[in-house]
Amino acid sequence: MFETMSIETLQAYWWIIISILGSLLVFLMFVQGGQTLIYTIGKTEPERKMLVNALGRKWEFTFTTLVTFGGAFFASFPLFYSTSFGGAYWVWMAILFPFIIQAVAYEFRSKPNNLLGHKTYEWFLIINGLLGTVLIGAAVATFFTGSAFSVNKSSLTNLLDPAISRWQNRAHGLEALLNWRNVALGLAVFFLARVLGILYFMNTIDNQQILARSKKQLLINTIPFLIFFLAFVIAILTMPGYAVHPQDGFIFGEPLKYFHNLTQMPPVLLMFAAGVVFVLLGVALPILSFDKNGSSGIWYAGPGTILTVFALFCLAGFNNTAYYPSYYDMQSSLTIHNSSSSHYTLTAMSYVSLLVPFVIAYIWYAWKAINSRKIDAAEMEEGGHTY
Amino acid sequence: MVSNVDLSLIDWSRAQFALTAIYHWIFVPLTLGLAFIVAIMESVYVRTGNQEWKQITKFWMTLFGINFAIGVATGIILEFQFGTNWSNYSWFVGDIFGAPLAIEGIMAFFLESTFIAVMFFGWNKVSKKFHLAASWLTAIGANLSALWILVANAWMQYPIGMQFNPDTARNEMVNFWSVLLSPVAIHKFFHTVSSGYVTASVFVIGISAWFLLKKRHTQLAKRSMMVAAIFGLAASLFLAFTGDGSAYQVSQKQPMKLAAMEGLYQGKKGAGLVAFGILAPGKKQGDNKDAFLVKVEFPKLLSFLGYRNPDAFVPGVDDLMKGGFNPGFDHVNPIEKERAFSIEEKISLGKNAVASLATYREAKAANDTAKISTSLGALRQNFPWFGYAYLNSPDSAIPNVLLTFYSFHLMVYLGFYFILLFTVILYLVHNDKLESKRWLLRIAIWTIPFVYLASEAGWVVAEVGRQPWVIQDLMPVMAAASKIDAVSVIITFWLFATLFTVLLTAELMIMIRQIKIGPKDGGTR
Repeated sequence: MFETMSIETLQAYWWIIISILGSLLVFLMFVQGGQTLIYTIGKTEPERKMLVNALGRKWEFTFTTLVTFGGAFFASFPLFYSTSFGGAYWVWMAILFPFIIQAVAYEFRSKPNNLLGHKTYEWFLIINGLLGTVLIGAAVATFFTGSAFSVNKSSLTNLLDPAISRWQNRAHGLEALLNWRNVALGLAVFFLARVLGILYFMNTIDNQQILARSKKQLLINTIPFLIFFLAFVIAILTMPGYAVHPQDGFIFGEPLKYFHNLTQMPPVLLMFAAGVVFVLLGVALPILSFDKNGSSGIWYAGPGTILTVFALFCLAGFNNTAYYPSYYDMQSSLTIHNSSSSHYTLTAMSYVSLLVPFVIAYIWYAWKAINSRKIDAAEMEEGGHTY
Repeated sequence: MVSNVDLSLIDWSRAQFALTAIYHWIFVPLTLGLAFIVAIMESVYVRTGNQEWKQITKFWMTLFGINFAIGVATGIILEFQFGTNWSNYSWFVGDIFGAPLAIEGIMAFFLESTFIAVMFFGWNKVSKKFHLAASWLTAIGANLSALWILVANAWMQYPIGMQFNPDTARNEMVNFWSVLLSPVAIHKFFHTVSSGYVTASVFVIGISAWFLLKKRHTQLAKRSMMVAAIFGLAASLFLAFTGDGSAYQVSQKQPMKLAAMEGLYQGKKGAGLVAFGILAPGKKQGDNKDAFLVKVEFPKLLSFLGYRNPDAFVPGVDDLMKGGFNPGFDHVNPIEKERAFSIEEKISLGKNAVASLATYREAKAANDTAKISTSLGALRQNFPWFGYAYLNSPDSAIPNVLLTFYSFHLMVYLGFYFILLFTVILYLVHNDKLESKRWLLRIAIWTIPFVYLASEAGWVVAEVGRQPWVIQDLMPVMAAASKIDAVSVIITFWLFATLFTVLLTAELMIMIRQIKIGPKDGGTR
């Protein structure tokens, strides 16, 4: 089936898979957003326990999606993996460290004799929630705003200095934080994750105090999300981008590139608009009709987030666009064509991708089986497994 | 010659990867084995309906959960370090190496992380059989993830199923099944996971022995020991079998590693296997000094194990450096069948390969078809030694013999000791005579650190023994690293070292407390 597809089709297929994984990851970062709110919404220890346990049942899901996102990117676009991870070293390290401390925080937090005390592990969760979202958002923003790197495959023949990809800024990725557009997307992701976290709490926890505080926080976090998100969207739609000549792969600057991408790809425009509407609906419904729709916001905002982020990835990678621009050397910019794996590998991996619906089905089935009732204070005292 | 390569960067990058891998491997083997032991225990519970087996299952599941989290934490770093610290490698072989990592995520990690949640949160929410299925699926998921990462590792030791593409300057996969089913991958997978089963069995036996010494939860302890001793004995016998298979593969594919494992400098026909030996300090390749201060050998056994022929010639470090011998192994490079090349010759061939690649790329840019053809021919002919071009000197093709030799022998001694321990424990627990053997119970407890030592030693053999190669013969560490400041790597090394050490300490403290608490609370984690 996949063998007969052209390399261009397979590259597009894998960019779609990467976009799906990336958009799922942003949605699943409701775990990170929720983590930053455990002291804001949970005022007592039993309340915090409910919040942490609600998130704790999903954290591995986000984590696994992040790992799979990395693995899939490596397999399908290895030049991105080597250029970005090896170059923007400090940004990726700053993203990875908070995920190390998150992985142990849930399990160790409530255990006796845990060396650091339960508050430290709670702060691990808050640090992960803050840095994980802001830095991943800023890193994704560089798909539009660009970075300073060069790629020269002939370097391999230089025995004295064989590195193919080189970062041309000694800050090794941290310089991205000096660009306000990157910071704007980072903060937009941070506040979006908090909004999603709040909606997840409202959906999962049966506790009046938590619900009341969640409702209050919903509006407080939606406003900055909208401001930063709009600022970023307006910025990229009005700025020039790097276009790719479809025949020879030559890369050149094009004014309003991302605006053109949006208008030249109507399905993407539709997805983007629908995504934004769904996110807003997910926030508005619980605020406007709390009694009726208090717990259903996540079912709108979640898919809305996935659609919006998916559309952003499409804007970055499709319509003859360099998805990882280099402002140091334009011709070094990465496109889905010059950075992908071979036809054979993409074909083999495409067969593996057919497992994804099966994976989603068993995840759905398993979670449905154990999420049959909302988390409440009584369940925390039942003696079952808790964090 | 290649003094511009920042060796401190290479060394710190290696140190950082080694540090992460060592820490990761503290937690993974227990996860691999304990998942199955817990699933077996739960199967007994579901079959018999006996609540005590449920309590036993929940107790070990608690310890499994504590260990699992920190294994996950260290695992993510390993995956991303291929990119952050070994970016040239990531491009050079990403077309092959990335696939197993992605498959690991899609096929194994989601399976594991979904059903582990059912294991812990589903006791009163799903049926007994569904819960049992979740426990087995968690174990299968953990072991599947090991399969894919070990396939990737095996490919680095024995690159197969690919072709170098000079236009993209990388190796590209041409046969997925050769990568997946390579004999090195199969032996490596079974040897590694069975070492995890042995680790978990020793862990369960050691902790159960502590309960017996304290005269607490004796029924739980004896039943746990019975399961672990049977599982551990079967796994350790299989471990010896796959160890033999792995060593055979090393003999055939990585003769320098085998020479280091045995401290063999001067090869010979009918080579013996070192049963016990102390390496002579200061011994250097080619100095004609005796490699050992003391040595006891099993005659001809190395030739037999490595070549299935007691009189086969086994090349030593000196032979591999000088070449010229008639190799009996199924070498990666068939051209060397008649006469093995010296390392200097290989360096020269490697330089030819690299120079041909440079010529090819220039010719391609200039559209010089004649030059394209000749340079491509030369590249293909010399490509098997491509990586040798980057070596600083012939000596850098020799791994650390001391570390490889002692790690290998320590691993083997301990492996046989575990077989003995499982046999004795099984016999005594079966005949209900174990409780009175307090000395043995103490030994069982003190065996726990040694099983970790053996397990880590195995990886030291595999990874130190293959140095300087990231990809055998094709890319050494000095050509694989990212172009970053050594200072950055030094800083992250110490950050990782500090963080991992703190988290390991926390894990041990929590684990010990949970063991002391025992199963009385019904199994909350």
